[in-house]
Amino acid sequence: MTEAMAQPAKRNPQKRAVLPTLPPFSRSRQALTFSSRAAEGRLCLQVCGSCETVVYPAREICPKCWCSALIWTDIADGGRLIAETVLRTSINTYFRERMPWRVGTVEMDAGPTALMHLHGDVEHGAQVKIIARTDKSGQGVLFALPKMETPNMADDRQLRALTCDPKFRRALVTDGRSAIGQATVRALSAAGATQIFVGVAEQWRPFEGAAELAAMPKVEILPLDVTDTDSVNELVGEIGGRTDILINTTEHVRPGASMERNNVLIAREEMETNYFGLMRLIQAFGPALRARGADGDNSACAWVNLLSVYALSNWPTFGTTSASQAAAFSLSQCLRGEFAGSGVKVINILTGPTEDAWHQPLPAPKVTAEGIAKAIVRSLQQGIETMALGAVAEDVLARWREDPTVLERELTQVAAGASR
Amino acid sequence: MTIGSEGRYSYDGVVITAPVSIPYQRYSPKPAHWWLGQVLSELGLKANLKPSNVDGLCASSFTLFPDTAVGLTQHFGLTLSWLDHIPVGGACGVVALRRAARAVQSGDANIVACIAGDTNHVDSFRSMLSSFSQFSQDAAYPYGSGGPNASFALITAYHMEQFGSKAEDFGKICVAQRDNALQYANGLMKSSLSLDQYLDARLIADPLRLYDCVMPCAGGEGFLVMRESEAVALNLPYANILSTIERHNAFPDDPVQFRGGWALDVDEFWRMAGIAPNDVDLLQTYDDYPVISLMQIEDLGFCEKGQVSDFVAANTFTNEGSFPHNTSGGQLSVGQAGAAGGYLGLVEALRQVTGQATDNAVQDANIAAVSGFGMINFDRGLCSGAAVLQGAA
Repeated sequence: MTEAMAQPAKRNPQKRAVLPTLPPFSRSRQALTFSSRAAEGRLCLQVCGSCETVVYPAREICPKCWCSALIWTDIADGGRLIAETVLRTSINTYFRERMPWRVGTVEMDAGPTALMHLHGDVEHGAQVKIIARTDKSGQGVLFALPKMETPNMADDRQLRALTCDPKFRRALVTDGRSAIGQATVRALSAAGATQIFVGVAEQWRPFEGAAELAAMPKVEILPLDVTDTDSVNELVGEIGGRTDILINTTEHVRPGASMERNNVLIAREEMETNYFGLMRLIQAFGPALRARGADGDNSACAWVNLLSVYALSNWPTFGTTSASQAAAFSLSQCLRGEFAGSGVKVINILTGPTEDAWHQPLPAPKVTAEGIAKAIVRSLQQGIETMALGAVAEDVLARWREDPTVLERELTQVAAGASR
Repeated sequence: MTIGSEGRYSYDGVVITAPVSIPYQRYSPKPAHWWLGQVLSELGLKANLKPSNVDGLCASSFTLFPDTAVGLTQHFGLTLSWLDHIPVGGACGVVALRRAARAVQSGDANIVACIAGDTNHVDSFRSMLSSFSQFSQDAAYPYGSGGPNASFALITAYHMEQFGSKAEDFGKICVAQRDNALQYANGLMKSSLSLDQYLDARLIADPLRLYDCVMPCAGGEGFLVMRESEAVALNLPYANILSTIERHNAFPDDPVQFRGGWALDVDEFWRMAGIAPNDVDLLQTYDDYPVISLMQIEDLGFCEKGQVSDFVAANTFTNEGSFPHNTSGGQLSVGQAGAAGGYLGLVEALRQVTGQATDNAVQDANIAAVSGFGMINFDRGLCSGAAVLQGAA
């Protein structure tokens, strides 16, 4: 049974910080498809379009019938552990630093057998639940969990290497003024975060929920205005070395397309918060997080961006906001590149219209602040890098994956948005 | 040249001769070319051949990059009518013998030098494993990077559970091989090993312990293949090839490897040889881990699958024992010199049946079975092969 994790000891500041080492990152191009699905928390393998054989490891043709149409498909997550070992030596430094390490052969219900990382509670010969996640090198790996939830399951050392669990970690939520920010703070607190820093711009200006926020244990309210470079830099001086998770919930949303405005003032404000705000945060906090990616059980582990799903494809009803969101999405990809090798994941939560004043006239379904907060914490606990939240975002993401050019037609045709 | 009962031509008239082993070193600053060159040089001395006398070359090496066998022709001053490069790891000795014998038999070549060798720099092993194959890169190496230790730990655990092999059985094989190695000058392991030492050694990858694992090293091995009349003219002791088999990717649907290609080809193997398993005087198995030696004993018909523990208990495996096995100490005690590990057993068998083994000679050795196994491409060894050699009287 997994032993409950203890609160990590404070780091001795006189000791050199542990530099991140990485599990092997080289993969074939086919295997990158597996990694991209794993980043979404999906267990996908190639399935032969002709004989339906599930193929693993990734190939170029089906080994049973030589059909070349191998289709990446979500597969059944059941399996059985049929052989296991505990590695006590490794030729890779990352694993060598983390010995012993448990791996085993799992006979998957879908057909193939595969080598997987094993959760400590998986018993010999037992049924398992298979998940695919990205590891510290950002590549997809298979992991076998016990079929049924066990006590302290998330505290398993090998599983925690794939997740960004807020438990015993310190998080910064960038916007305490909003309902979304406040809900996120509550969810992080419930998930066992050690400390939650909350940024609030223009603290002299009252806001709804301020008293409740201030009264919450483990919460520290700090001045932060992402449109002000000095403000961001002051904050990083104070808490940069103690921030394990950064959650950027700050957003500036206004309805309207280009021609509904006479100038670029609103669009500039959108960019100032949604794009330059993100960039200021990255420039200040990025290096601090990146340097602490291997800093023990409460290492820096994740950067979370809350983005509109219309970052993927413009929705003219919120046309200029969509454009600023697209810029932010692009910058998040850049950030993923900059974090590569650090062990810090970039997590993008894609939402559709939310329950707030700016989306008030739109019909349901809309996403609530509580729903967003839950999704943020779930993505951290599960180590999932891309999550679409709510029916609208899931629908848009599915269409985008199927064909982004068709989605563009759908979103921009006559009367587009009338149904949303 | 006769056609056997399987419809395969015999190897009548073609022989294997001139066993050469270059003493192994744990680490070597020299490149693979040097080790292969030493083998060729020794072959030349042994058979009194000049570069112009050899018209066929078959080479195996993991560390020859950026060269292949082609580059070796210029490097070694060879002008050839026949050339082969065999990348099947632990099966490369038997496979080279098969290829070379048919080349000589058909007249495509007259004298083929079969050579295998690898260097071992301080970081060679890690860099080879990290780019060994696409499947291992995608689906094995990221899972703890245990290398072959991890793969064989799983194979061993499965064999113990399903077929009743025990740590004591593996230990008996390893201890006997160490005894044999102490009689063989070229081995890296020079100290004795007891069963208690074997059982008490530190775990490497459960259930594998330290003495289950080979030590990577540098070394080279080789032999010549030619017409029988040529060997007689050169006054070389030689052996006849009674039988061979080769198989790649046998039993792909076995969930964990518990048998190799030998199990598919075993009947043909002994029929072609015209003898039964108990007619052999000694057996050389590929022994990168003892479980694989036991698997070869089962799959080549020396005992039934699942009975190997009893077989091990009933026999002794030293050179004086009831079942002489890996008579030079095998890779477990001599070292694993990359592709040369695929030649080690074959070259040693050739020494034994041609009366060229010295301190470790098995008495009256005349017929040897040799088995090869190679290439953990993902989760299992893909290549298997075996041969029966009989020393010419």
